[in-house]
Amino acid sequence: MAWTVGEEMPPLEKKVEKVNLVMYAGASGDFNPIHWDDEFARAVGLPGVIAHGMYTMAQAARALTRFAGGVGRLRSMKVRFSAMVRPGDTLTVKGRVAEVLPDGNARVEFWAEIQDGTRVLSGGEAVLA
Amino acid sequence: MPLNRSLVGKEYPPAPAYEVCREKIREFATAVGEDDPVFFQEEAARSAGFPDLVAPPTFAVVVATRAVAAAVADPSLGLDYSRVVHGEQEFRWRRPIIAGDRLVARARVADVAARGRNELLTVDTEISTETGEEVCLARMTLVSRGTAPGSEEGR
Repeated sequence: MAWTVGEEMPPLEKKVEKVNLVMYAGASGDFNPIHWDDEFARAVGLPGVIAHGMYTMAQAARALTRFAGGVGRLRSMKVRFSAMVRPGDTLTVKGRVAEVLPDGNARVEFWAEIQDGTRVLSGGEAVLA
Repeated sequence: MPLNRSLVGKEYPPAPAYEVCREKIREFATAVGEDDPVFFQEEAARSAGFPDLVAPPTFAVVVATRAVAAAVADPSLGLDYSRVVHGEQEFRWRRPIIAGDRLVARARVADVAARGRNELLTVDTEISTETGEEVCLARMTLVSRGTAPGSEEGR
């Protein structure tokens, strides 16, 4: 694919429901109760259950592989988990091509935010073929 | 208690091989909301050039976590898991994970560093096939809250 610096990744939007976290817990094997048990989550000082960081990262991976035109084109990605995502929040993943590398691959900078603009994934960088 | 920095560089024996099966791929893909047929239908995966169903990219964390668990549970590291949150995650793929792969994951403590009152534990996991083909490097950074040297616990 011929990449252009500044090209924007089509945003991906996902409203997160508690059932998504329960399904992710089962599929991933991460059964930390902060992701599915509100009572437990409040007891450890959270406002209630929060999404797995990896669930949010998976949404970013969806946006990136769509942008790249296929799962095999995603070479690398990294993120920092910078804020909590709670059921009822709507995630939006955004990004753009920051650099075209000498081998023709794109270095994409991306992030995810919720409806009030809080960035929940920060410092996102990916390489797309 | 601060984490034991002398463990930087320590490698852990691999977890038993992870056998990637089609139904697990479909389950994971459904859970994260994927809709590309390469994750669900063998024919679609084959016509896209893959030998079998493809796992969504972040499925690698499922394989890596089994190896990271050995480091997290190492009593000589001194990590209190109730203080841990997932701070950062990075993947570098050589190729996608494919149904039928038998994957071996080896974890190594890459770094322990203080950031303010917290400590960051970085564990690198090399995921390869049983026959030695490299598939993915997963770098997981865990935040150990309030354990940096000089910080009072529980504040």
